[in-house]
Amino acid sequence: MAQDFFDPIAIFARKLSMLLDLAPVSRPYGPVPKPLDRKRSVRVLHGMGQARVSDTANETDWAALMVAVRDRQDKAAFAALFQHFAPRVKGFLMKSGTEAGIAEECAQEVMATLWTKAQLYDPARASVATWVFTIARNRRIDVARKARRPEPEALDWGPDSEPDQAEVYETAQETARLTAALSDLPEKQRALIQRAFYGELSHSEIAAETGLPLGTIKSRIRLALDRLRQKMT
Amino acid sequence: MIIRHHLSDPLLIAYAAGNLPEAFGLVAATHISMCDDCRARLGAFEAVGGALVETEAVALSPGSLEATLARLGLPEARKPVAKRSILPTPLTDYVGGDLAAVKWKPLGMGVRQAILPTGTGATARLLHIPAGQAVPDHGHRGTELTLVLRGAFRDATDRFGPGDLEIASEDLEHTPVAEAGEDCICLAATDAPLRFKSLMPRLLQPLFRI
Repeated sequence: MAQDFFDPIAIFARKLSMLLDLAPVSRPYGPVPKPLDRKRSVRVLHGMGQARVSDTANETDWAALMVAVRDRQDKAAFAALFQHFAPRVKGFLMKSGTEAGIAEECAQEVMATLWTKAQLYDPARASVATWVFTIARNRRIDVARKARRPEPEALDWGPDSEPDQAEVYETAQETARLTAALSDLPEKQRALIQRAFYGELSHSEIAAETGLPLGTIKSRIRLALDRLRQKMT
Repeated sequence: MIIRHHLSDPLLIAYAAGNLPEAFGLVAATHISMCDDCRARLGAFEAVGGALVETEAVALSPGSLEATLARLGLPEARKPVAKRSILPTPLTDYVGGDLAAVKWKPLGMGVRQAILPTGTGATARLLHIPAGQAVPDHGHRGTELTLVLRGAFRDATDRFGPGDLEIASEDLEHTPVAEAGEDCICLAATDAPLRFKSLMPRLLQPLFRI
């Protein structure tokens, strides 16, 4: 891998990571992919429905595939996203207590929603995994409780303001970073987080648990807040 | 607007996980609409949810991709963001309009309320408290969330202005007083009936569903 050329984005990302004291990952400040190039992003697809591991980041650029769905209704990109995320949505819903058959049906619906609501996706604000999580969560509420979920007011800025590439990169990496941080946690703490997010704990039960490790996400909060303030002024 | 009282981590986590009663979810969504801090914190908790989604895959039955491709609808266009009204959007959805559309019912002593239609587990209401007026002294059997939309109130703990959220639990007994100068409009949600000290409010409780 060519890492020895001068790359200001990589230097910036490295500085940023150090500043924010981000949770350690196995490949801490790995190579930074070049800015998303809409023509190039097609090339991460290898045949129908097969996502090829991108050679720049050693992992598939899900955000680029999602942008291809958003901007060009690219069905091959959708198929690649489906192969990866649909089984995970099914797994997540089953962990949350949904029966296998319904979880499978919901996973398909969640992926179909990913397609119809693609215009709302902003790669600087959420990784694809995070976005998929919010859609799956809302679907679970619909199915389990037949209740509405009040959503916060939408912000007056969205995907058509050209996102900053360093932010896109940071956001895309955060799932990997958080997954690593989660797996580094002692079993008891990890189980607690899982139970909270699988909807097994009420807010007062979460409040009663003192061992909830929240330090790993504090830097993310700072980053998101800076971005919000920047955009709103 | 400087907001000093925010959603707690447990409330935000439960909201991110989709596990708050609808009435509390409405308070959370309304506060987040007014508060960048909590919007950023919500984003971080949702990212934890994203990381959890990555951890567990269960194979789908064969043909599920083809079935999904066959049912893909037309992509929806992004809706323009609604023009900012006095009430944040989550509330206008429940009120069926802006502040003028609220159907107030008198509670006595000039205080008015409007119960909002939410699912089980907790109730939500808008409260209109005249400037300088006190709400009868009460304690809590569960959690009471009070979000100030307009004006301000004070109790023994602090001052709560626009955007501020007071989280009251069983250990708090208080007499909120609306500040002089401007009527106070709040969104309040409880998951258990309040405990009023004096007889009159206690007798009226069932009637007002408070």
